[in-house]
Amino acid sequence: MNIVVCLKQVPKKDSILRIAPDQKWIDERDISYEMSEADAYALEEALRQKEKHGGEVIVISLGPDRARQSIKEALAKGADRAIHLNDPLFEGATDATAIARSLASALKGESYDLIFTGLQSDDNGFAQVGLILAETLGLSSATIVMEVQPEVGQVRVKRELESGWFQWVRVPMPALLTIQSGINQLRYATLKGIMAAKKKEIREVKAADLGLGPDDLKPGQVIERAYLPEKTKRTEMIEGKPSEAAAKLVEKLKFDARVI
Amino acid sequence: MSEGILLFIEQRDGALNRTSLEAMVAAQRIAAETGDKVSAVVLGTGITDVASEVAGKRLEAVYTVEDDKLSEYTPDGYVNALKQVIEKLDPKTVILSHTYQVRDFAPRLTAALGRTFVTDCVGFRTDGGEVIYTRQVFQGKINTDVRVAAPPPVFASFQAGSYRADLAEAGDAGAPVKPLEIDMSGVTIRTQAEEKFQEAKQAVDLTQAPLIVAVGRGIKEKENIKIVEDLARALGAEIAASRPICDNEWLPMDRQIGSSGQTVAPKLYLAVGISGAIQHVVGMKNSQTIVAINKDPEAPIFDIADYGIVGDLFEIVPALTTEVLKSKG
Repeated sequence: MNIVVCLKQVPKKDSILRIAPDQKWIDERDISYEMSEADAYALEEALRQKEKHGGEVIVISLGPDRARQSIKEALAKGADRAIHLNDPLFEGATDATAIARSLASALKGESYDLIFTGLQSDDNGFAQVGLILAETLGLSSATIVMEVQPEVGQVRVKRELESGWFQWVRVPMPALLTIQSGINQLRYATLKGIMAAKKKEIREVKAADLGLGPDDLKPGQVIERAYLPEKTKRTEMIEGKPSEAAAKLVEKLKFDARVI
Repeated sequence: MSEGILLFIEQRDGALNRTSLEAMVAAQRIAAETGDKVSAVVLGTGITDVASEVAGKRLEAVYTVEDDKLSEYTPDGYVNALKQVIEKLDPKTVILSHTYQVRDFAPRLTAALGRTFVTDCVGFRTDGGEVIYTRQVFQGKINTDVRVAAPPPVFASFQAGSYRADLAEAGDAGAPVKPLEIDMSGVTIRTQAEEKFQEAKQAVDLTQAPLIVAVGRGIKEKENIKIVEDLARALGAEIAASRPICDNEWLPMDRQIGSSGQTVAPKLYLAVGISGAIQHVVGMKNSQTIVAINKDPEAPIFDIADYGIVGDLFEIVPALTTEVLKSKG
């Protein structure tokens, strides 16, 4: 069973984010990067499936030179080979459609039973690239997956629904699954794995190789301004009788903080 | 309706998803600024009640699409049905709520139509009739204003809680409910779904929990932890503790937060009876929203809390549980 895993490299979780001088994105100077969390789980799930069922794990990533570091990490953990879409032109591919279209083109000629993506990236969080890829490639799909059981010609997956509900669904393969964080326990790369990764293939792909020009990669949505949300860590003290204070707090958590 | 806004109404087993009403508020407010009219669409079978409930709101029309292939939600069913609906009605904007179901089909739908989808918005403004959407990136650490550079229909989903469902405007007379005919005969449903189920909570990695209720020394006795567990259950949160609680084995060690326990950064960290010693604070200070309930107004936990209640936790915690359950209806 061959599995493609789509990886994105994003700023490390604990990064201190500042707005870039042009106010269009974060200031990327002095930022360290890592594999987006849900993608790391998608990779782990693919490696576990390979260990059970055999086959090949192919990682694919669109990103600048630095993304190579996350690709190498994936190879060191046990992926077999990689495709790296690396071209200044891809820097203009800033929306989910442009990214998915590029990935779809690069996967032409590959044979796979499953494609895994994280359910969304930790930076843009579009939660779209996987499904656009599925639609473009004509694959069945299931999202927010917590368990994967391949069967003959199909795959049975446990989907997370809202409010603690789950559902098993079957879809025919090839299928695209978006993987939820926490589906498994992540492994570390071993020294042996790191050594072995040095011999593994990373195929670099340019936009022109895919027949894509700037017009094909033009995003359908553009960030006009990036800014820090107004946030004051001033403690808001809530007063009143216990029942009143409780009601006020729930109101605030729901509509101001929007965390429940 | 090429000048109109089409609102997707989500239902499950004939019950309206309340976040659809929040999205309705977004749609109505956009309409108020652009002069567009808002209509709604409901898919499924047995949707008469949902349609008439929605028709009580200020809407041009409520379109219903009934087909056996839509009786159970599937991405293939919804993508194919909505594609036909959108081609028929030709809306300028399609508004949805950013639910798990929408996340499961809407990107496929927009890709099938070759259109752009601005996901998980928290607000909007207009600029000369053009709608600029606000969405958060980096898990809420940064806001962005997004301008659409693609032809209509433009799709936008709104994050739960961005608007208040109770502010959805009611209409003067009921909106007409209009059944729409679509052809699903050629549509193959690839997904076979089994029964939905809930499972007993198993021990989870606390670093993955979006909501945490943590208890400290202020709880006084093991027997009292129950009231905190009740609150956690009401919120759908994981329970955690400061060191003294675990040292006393009132809760297992794997529930401990702090320098000798786990480091977490959930959306909500609700600290009950925790003073906020640095050994605890290092394990949770990066939480998005921190609530502290403590009898001591000088407790250091209030220095890092977003919301604080000073008082008797044995009164406040049960009251909070009641309010949470009430808010979830």
